[in-house]
Amino acid sequence: MSGDGREDGATVVRAVAAVADRLEDERAYLTELDSAIGDADHGGNMARGWAAAAEAARELDDPDPQTVCKTVGKTLMAEVGGASGPLFGGSLVFASAELDDGLTPESAVAFAETYLEKVEDRGDARVGDQTMVDALTPAVHTFKKSIETDGLPPLEALAKAVDAAERGVAFTVPIRARKGRASYLGWRSVGHQDPGATSTLFILEELLATAADALGAEIPDVDATSPTIPDDGEEATDASAPDPEDD
Amino acid sequence: MIGLVVVSHSERAAEGIVEVAAEMAGDTRIEPVGGDGQGGIGTVPDAIEAAIDAADGGDGVVVLVDLGSAVMNADVAIELSDAEAVIADAPVLEGAVNAAVAATDPSATLDSVREQAEAARGMTKL
Repeated sequence: MSGDGREDGATVVRAVAAVADRLEDERAYLTELDSAIGDADHGGNMARGWAAAAEAARELDDPDPQTVCKTVGKTLMAEVGGASGPLFGGSLVFASAELDDGLTPESAVAFAETYLEKVEDRGDARVGDQTMVDALTPAVHTFKKSIETDGLPPLEALAKAVDAAERGVAFTVPIRARKGRASYLGWRSVGHQDPGATSTLFILEELLATAADALGAEIPDVDATSPTIPDDGEEATDASAPDPEDD
Repeated sequence: MIGLVVVSHSERAAEGIVEVAAEMAGDTRIEPVGGDGQGGIGTVPDAIEAAIDAADGGDGVVVLVDLGSAVMNADVAIELSDAEAVIADAPVLEGAVNAAVAATDPSATLDSVREQAEAARGMTKL
């Protein structure tokens, strides 16, 4: 987040390469998770799709962050089969619209919120459905709050978001799937970790590692809990926003 | 004039459905799209977007879809396309035939064609 769009673009390209490497390493594990409750294609689809996305990103000539995100999203839409293509790729394409003015703490929050909104809408999934939304929602909420309310440095906010996502992944284990192929299993889906939530966590972990590396910093040792109790929301920046929950 | 797009996981299924519906379609534009772009089963948003743009005569496009991720990918394609397009919540072949007939009506609108496609949900065969 240097203000130099090209430098940030190069960092995002490195992040995509790191995600591709990680998903290749985790291919067997994600496939194992998916074979328990789905059709055992998540590991292969994600590894293949992100490898193609990393290559497409590498071939861009001096891109800004928005161009990288859009290219990665388009490539994922074309290369990742099943519902993961539109969910991971389509959401990235639409969220990239928030990066018109480059990568800043504010635009990163807007990007994260749009990404979550698109995944929820497209997948018609909410928290508690045993999907990637269970990892994304705590990550996005924690990131937004850390930036907007706590005024934390972006790297620390991202580290908290990763911890939040990890808790979300753990939450998918003891609940029943309501969306996706696992929902056909009914009560038998209880006790299984969601593959999409898991790969979402891996992606966030690599974004954090790349961001820390780009800043020449250690990954902050933080968790998603907040040490202070908010004082009547005086610090909140969007107290006037309507409650977005079920209506 | 309202255009039509038929989306299937199988390119050949999409072409076959269009072949059946085109019998009733007059000079309505009706575009098949399907497959993963590499000869396999699947759907790709970019290809669906191109089909929507090809089918659009300026009055909008009704999109018929088969299953699962075809619905999500059509949804993404509609959001990407500049054309006004809607998905009909209808069985893909029967809906396409109904929509083709409805689209030949000179007063047809995006809503009327979609409604006729969706009326196929209630069709019984025996």
